[in-house]
Amino acid sequence: MSAPVLRVEDLTVEFAAPGGPLRAVDEVSFELAEGEVLGLVGESGSGKTLTCRALIRLLPSRRARITRGAVRIDGLDLMTLPESAMQRVRGERIGMIFQNPMTHLDPVMTIGEQIGESLRFHKGITRREAGRRAVELLRQVGIPDPGLRSRSYPHSLSGGMRQRAMIAIALAGEPRILIADEPTTALDVTVQAQILRLLLDLRDRAGLSIILITHALGVVAETCETVAVMYAGRIVERAAKRTLLRRPLHPYSQGLIRSQPGTGAPLAELPSIPGQPPSLAELPQGCRFHPRCAYAIPRCREIRPPLADAGAGRRSACLRWQELAQAS
Amino acid sequence: MTALLEVRHLTVHYPLPFGLAEVMTRRPRRVVQAVNGVSLSLERGETLGLVGESGCGKSSLGRAILRLTAAKSGQVLFDGTDVLALDKAGLFAFRKRAQMVFQEPHASLNPRLSVAKALAEVLRVHRVCSRTAIEARVLELLETVGLSADLGARRPAALSGGQCQRVAIARALAMGPELLISDESVSALDVSIQAQILNLFMRLKREMDLTMMFISHDLSVVRHVCHRVAVMYLGRVVELGPTEQIFRDPKHPYTQALLRAIPRMDPDAAPPAAAAASEPPSPVALSAGCAFHPRCPQAMDVCRDPPAPALRRSDQAEVACHLYPV
Repeated sequence: MSAPVLRVEDLTVEFAAPGGPLRAVDEVSFELAEGEVLGLVGESGSGKTLTCRALIRLLPSRRARITRGAVRIDGLDLMTLPESAMQRVRGERIGMIFQNPMTHLDPVMTIGEQIGESLRFHKGITRREAGRRAVELLRQVGIPDPGLRSRSYPHSLSGGMRQRAMIAIALAGEPRILIADEPTTALDVTVQAQILRLLLDLRDRAGLSIILITHALGVVAETCETVAVMYAGRIVERAAKRTLLRRPLHPYSQGLIRSQPGTGAPLAELPSIPGQPPSLAELPQGCRFHPRCAYAIPRCREIRPPLADAGAGRRSACLRWQELAQAS
Repeated sequence: MTALLEVRHLTVHYPLPFGLAEVMTRRPRRVVQAVNGVSLSLERGETLGLVGESGCGKSSLGRAILRLTAAKSGQVLFDGTDVLALDKAGLFAFRKRAQMVFQEPHASLNPRLSVAKALAEVLRVHRVCSRTAIEARVLELLETVGLSADLGARRPAALSGGQCQRVAIARALAMGPELLISDESVSALDVSIQAQILNLFMRLKREMDLTMMFISHDLSVVRHVCHRVAVMYLGRVVELGPTEQIFRDPKHPYTQALLRAIPRMDPDAAPPAAAAASEPPSPVALSAGCAFHPRCPQAMDVCRDPPAPALRRSDQAEVACHLYPV
């Protein structure tokens, strides 16, 4: 693959709390190549959304702070840029779409005006020209009758159409990277398939690189090239999609894959992961997964396992990945 | 096997608020036709899955069966008696035998009651056991759903989503129901927790010989836990049959589109094809004839004409589609 368009190194986000800072994202590192679709998988609270918001320095709370790490695009470290320059980065280099379009669209502005606003800010074009380009963008994201729809308000659009409109806004500044945060979770399966298809088409047509945040492994299997699995703020495994889904090298990824219903024998007991994810205030020492892990040994309680190179471009943060590899 | 529950031509309509246009033109009030003449039955000990996209009426159907929502017409026969005709005392007794678990675990529990108090309240109101036995029974219920006894003192806000859902299940089980309706009860949970709750449902069903209706938009979940599946589209059941048959050989074009759209876990599967075009129309303005015809790739002239096709037997399943004549 070509040189990475995005390189994230040791990104760390902490929340200020009375008992000392809580580390919600812990030394996360990954790369994104041009045209790559990277799936960021994990359960709620695992830090996947926070990681992506940290990339564009839009943290959800004043108490959250990026304490370490670098995010490089073309050699430029976003973490050291002044805020005025970051406003250009958001939209022109990295676009972002969210799970719930209704809360991220302005209810009292038409869709066309919202796309136009973005166009005028990033492209410095006239209102009239922006209106024309907005209709063109709506056509590109597959909205039927884009001329009419650009004059509609968000409430009059269906869930799928709103998500398409949000994608159009994100694309207005012609970014090379798109972060899609659970873009299809609130949608019905038939509409979900349409939106995923659209994202892949945009990748093929415009060479967009995509970070797809999702908790659905089925979505990953169908759309991503590479996958990073997050647990309690850390990336625990990173690999090409096929190898990760076929032969996971971390007990957590293994557990996630096996606990999916619909693959095994009907009515049989699903292999579930015991317990529940830890809260940030009570993170276990050593490997954060060890209290729920069937493979845990005493060493797992003491050592923080590094995201070790497991060959062929895959990495696992399990002390016993070699044994897992032999077993599978 | 005998049918525990039989639903006959059940219809649920929600009137829309009067708009100025209706007043001016003296047109009748518009209604959302949430459920349109649905008939189905549940055998004792069976799990029936109810699937469909949002707005198809699956939740309305479940709620109408338990009389949480008023039905416009039709019959709901539970063990031979018509639920819709029950008086207050009859309904109270019926609720003991049929219970529901909802989607939002935190929203369905009283935030001010501790877990133990919430469970004790149910036992007291329904006079399930003597006052002195309540405490012991609460502990027993917590154990049944896999919660430790010390969680009893906590309020819902101090519980995780999965724990809350276990409490909601314990509450539904408190009076020893025969029928349990689960309305999207695992949809809001993370995958690893979802598997735990599904296992709990399957174990309880076996141990307590429950009859279950499992409402879900997640076809993989339904495939795993249900014996039979009913596929709903805009207020009607369009296909009904054994799970295995529906998933292996779907007959209705809508079921086919729905199954094609499920993301598969297979990493070698092709990326999503452009599935069923467009989106489900609103249940306010249903088109005449088969409600699916505007999206159907195989629509024929007859599909546009009323009445909508009725469920007809085809193989082991029943299908409501003109492609499968009698």
